[in-house]
Amino acid sequence: MIYKAIVFLPLIGFLIAGLFGRSIGAKASEYVTSGLMLIAAVLSWIVFFNVAISHGEAGEVIKVPVLRWIQSGGIDVEWAFRIDTLTAIMFVVVNSVSTLVHIYSIGYMHHDPHRPRFFAYLSLFTFAMLMLITSDNLAQMFFGWEGVGLASYLLIGFWYKKPSASAAAMKAFIVNRVGDFGFILGISGLFVLFGSINFETIFAAAANYLPHEGAADASQAVINIFGMQLDKAHALTVVCLLLFMGAMGKSAQFLLHTWLPDAMEGPTPVSALIHAATMVTAGVFLVARMSPIFELSPDALLFVTIIGAITAFFAATVGLVQNDIKRVIAYSTCSQLGYMFVALGVGAYGSAIFHLFTHAFFKALLFLCAGSVIHAVDGEQDMRYMGGLRPHIKITFAMMLIGTFAITGVGIPFTPIGFAGFFSKDVIIEATYASHSAASGFAFTLLVIAAMFTSFYSWRLIFLTFFGKPRASHEVMHHVHESPSVMLIPLYVLAVGAVLAGVVFEGMFYGEEYAEFWKGALFTSEHNELLHEFHHVPVWVALSPFIAMVIGFVTAWYFYIKSPETPKRLAASQAGLYQFLLNKWYFDELYDFLFVRSAKALGRFLWKKGDVAVIDNYGPNGVAARVVDVTNRVVKLQSGYLYHYAFAMLLGIAALVTWMMLGSSM
Amino acid sequence: MTDWPILSTVTFLPLVGALLLLFTREEGAHGRRNILNISLFTTVITFIVSLFIWIGFDNSNPGFQMIEKHAWLGTGISYHLGVDGISMLFVILTTFLMPFCVLASWDSVGKRLKQYMIAFLLLEVVMTGVFVALDVVLFYVFFEATLIPMFVIIGVWGGKDRVYASYKFFLYTLAGSVLMMLAIMAMYWQAGTTDITELLKFGFPAGMQTWLWLACFAAFSVKMPMWPVHTWLPDAHVQAPTAGSVILAGVMLKLGGYGMIRLSLQMFPLASEYFAPMVFALSVIAIIYTSLVAMMQEDIKKLIAYSSVAHMGYVTMGIFAANTQGLQGAIFQMLSHGIVSGALFLCVGVVYDRLHTRDIAAYGGLVNNMPKYAVAFMVFTMANVGLPGTSGFIGEFLTIIGVFRVNTWVALFAATGVILSASYALWLYRRVIFGALDKESLKAMLDLSGREKLILYPLVVLTIFFGVYPAPVFDATAASVDLVVNNYSAALAAAKNLALNVH
Repeated sequence: MIYKAIVFLPLIGFLIAGLFGRSIGAKASEYVTSGLMLIAAVLSWIVFFNVAISHGEAGEVIKVPVLRWIQSGGIDVEWAFRIDTLTAIMFVVVNSVSTLVHIYSIGYMHHDPHRPRFFAYLSLFTFAMLMLITSDNLAQMFFGWEGVGLASYLLIGFWYKKPSASAAAMKAFIVNRVGDFGFILGISGLFVLFGSINFETIFAAAANYLPHEGAADASQAVINIFGMQLDKAHALTVVCLLLFMGAMGKSAQFLLHTWLPDAMEGPTPVSALIHAATMVTAGVFLVARMSPIFELSPDALLFVTIIGAITAFFAATVGLVQNDIKRVIAYSTCSQLGYMFVALGVGAYGSAIFHLFTHAFFKALLFLCAGSVIHAVDGEQDMRYMGGLRPHIKITFAMMLIGTFAITGVGIPFTPIGFAGFFSKDVIIEATYASHSAASGFAFTLLVIAAMFTSFYSWRLIFLTFFGKPRASHEVMHHVHESPSVMLIPLYVLAVGAVLAGVVFEGMFYGEEYAEFWKGALFTSEHNELLHEFHHVPVWVALSPFIAMVIGFVTAWYFYIKSPETPKRLAASQAGLYQFLLNKWYFDELYDFLFVRSAKALGRFLWKKGDVAVIDNYGPNGVAARVVDVTNRVVKLQSGYLYHYAFAMLLGIAALVTWMMLGSSM
Repeated sequence: MTDWPILSTVTFLPLVGALLLLFTREEGAHGRRNILNISLFTTVITFIVSLFIWIGFDNSNPGFQMIEKHAWLGTGISYHLGVDGISMLFVILTTFLMPFCVLASWDSVGKRLKQYMIAFLLLEVVMTGVFVALDVVLFYVFFEATLIPMFVIIGVWGGKDRVYASYKFFLYTLAGSVLMMLAIMAMYWQAGTTDITELLKFGFPAGMQTWLWLACFAAFSVKMPMWPVHTWLPDAHVQAPTAGSVILAGVMLKLGGYGMIRLSLQMFPLASEYFAPMVFALSVIAIIYTSLVAMMQEDIKKLIAYSSVAHMGYVTMGIFAANTQGLQGAIFQMLSHGIVSGALFLCVGVVYDRLHTRDIAAYGGLVNNMPKYAVAFMVFTMANVGLPGTSGFIGEFLTIIGVFRVNTWVALFAATGVILSASYALWLYRRVIFGALDKESLKAMLDLSGREKLILYPLVVLTIFFGVYPAPVFDATAASVDLVVNNYSAALAAAKNLALNVH
């Protein structure tokens, strides 16, 4: 019952605000949706304590059936909830952040005439996300997966009058669909391999799926995928890669990342909820949930690691030079997601979810603070027109500082004192170094560099926004004001999370209480000893993220406080590199050329040349034209002159006689 | 109730309405009102009566039910009706969509309303007839007879180029059906019967199956339509009145799909297996090609028409995957497409009635003054895209899984439709609905009227209902689909054994 309540309360909120928002008014819609979310969030924490922090058996899973869905031969899918520690963690993350964002939005959106619609969408998103994380089969997960995509589409395009917002919404949906293309094929593949798309069946079969080495059928082909005859191990790899393609789309990984920065067109609370804390982590969740499958395929994991490391590095480099305050945070999100995928790729699933958990708090905090800043300076998002805001919005500044401490990983090495990111990020970096993955060194290097960049752009954001001389117009500066408490209270709560989430939960997520806490929700094979090995990394490895953080901070301080001329000079002297980064490695231009324009051109070609010029011209119109030709000629034969007819008759008789003579002679 | 000939009742009930209309005077507002009321009443009653078919339907029986059989013409051809899990829901779909067609024509048809309604009622008779006929000759007669009312509807009440479109429609489909007639004659000579239940058991020799299959395929692929014989559809849709488009997309395209399952797949399994790669190729081309073409259309109706072709690509692919998921997915996709594409054409009709243009460029920013319309259109757009939770998803998902089991390449290419459909559908939505309301001509447009709500809201509810709870459909189709799949594989296995024994 409690589980159904958690999932369906947001749906009820959506229906009330969506269907009756106009009649009950904006205030009522806000209170109803936020109130229901608050209840769901409280229940989520109760579930978290009951399920995760309790003494249960390993492999214990609660299943809550709801309704029949698709039954077709071997596809036997129900609407049902699968509750284990992983679900419970996601419950807490999704519902806590969603509740805070609901409340925050009451203040942030209070000028907007379409508030009922906004709150309805927020609740719809939460519902879809909850369906995703509670799913007990891949079809329901795909439902949630697409549902959050829809909500994201609607919320990015919330201000539909802005052409850029509509464009960004569309882009987000379509790029995600590229990932879904892989996802849906992955689901099909799993169905063919396991005869089911229910987690329970798949996980049970996966444990003994791979034949033992040296067994007679070890390299026997079981399936032909895309022309390749694959044995069981390779088939799993292909399926995992297809599933991971879906994860890359949703979590904005390298190559499919282009939608995330554009998604910042949506209102800022949306960015905090969907494009930082929850939806974009769905890909991480997917891989963690499917860990019993991924763990069997080292090749797929290697790919995950490489993509994750590249994303972490790539997004951080772009984040260095962006001027839009939200875009900096968006790239930072992208980069942090890369960290999580590296953790998954090296087999440290617990640390990935740990980072997901802490990241949700501090990244939502950063976004909501950014929203508070934007609110204060009258909608301006460009940091070049900010500066010197610290005295005017002290509370926002303090909160943002906490968020920055958390994301850059401030803490005292070798002690349990530090902000949330200090624990979760360091665990990932150490685990990466300690892992036996072939990409271990590569990923470790990129992650440490990315940590340095993270620290740089985070502090750059703080310095540009809050320090220095005000660069906004006099009029704007005159109106700068602190946000109302309805917006500040969510910041306090998130700040508490950003400070404490690491130190309190480290032991459970990836420490001594690991087995007790997860109860088998994350699968690790017997060869996976990473949980113990990562403690024994060399001192310099353990220190490296801390050093990177300090370097980033000092550089940022030098560039933007000590000598503000330096970055301009550097940009001028390295113009090529600067433009390359500023234009996001030219991915948008490349994709526009490769896919958008070529698809349009191809579509036009097929229409004008294929359908009109070939099929219609030689088909119906051609036939019609030939018929007209023939009739015209026949008409010409009817000349009306008697001797024409007589001549034709004569010819006919001659032909007939000839044929009869020849016929009889044979 | 048991002996009541319910299938005949449902099939010919609209005829009663048509007869009544014959004796109704059209002149004046009063006459108009009478005609509309009679038509609406007839179609609604027919729908309600048809629901009894569903209620009385035995889900566990895979064979034909509610059979009616009378000698006809004294030549072995009989008046033989019956439904099984495959055809039953198509009957319901047909009777369900008709009241919406009447409602959609409430104000928009100016001239010859009486004849218009009679044409629609006749069309309903023959379309239902196709699905319930259990004699190939009867099937053929009904199948062909659908052409005439539709030809008239497009040719008389259509748009500017209606004559060209109606002839194109007629010639294309006729060309296909002539071949099917030859096939039916051949089947009669070979099997000595035209009874479908007998023919299903007959088992044609392999060589003959090839020719019969090709002849039937010619008829059905035009009707579906499959690439490259699809070009009549966009023209027909663009010129047809709204209700005509609804029936065209909603039911008439399904005649082809139904025929493929009933005749091609069930009677000619060996040929079906032999030609499956070709069908897959054509289906995949249809999905990719027409999606790309749809993207570039400047006319709303044409865009939706092309998207229909793409969606039918999933259907043909699923049918010839010939496994449970493929076949059930195909049937579900057809039913869902009947609702969704019908609804999309109704949506176009709503704005066309106001502005009298289908140019995408003439619209923009409609959400500002038509929020309810925007919501309904959004639901159908998402169903068209195949979003889970709408009925559009289930058919697409199952057909892809079904075909993945048979050929992964086909599944790979078909899955690109997931991306392409999102591209054209969302781009259309963005250009029509989103944006600021700048164009003067649009500023006076009103949101949905009571009648339009009555049309669109039930469809919204059904689209979501069948997306969340499709079980009623699967329950009804499961037994028959299993039978088809088992018979199919049994026939293939038998042929293989025979070949082994010979060698």
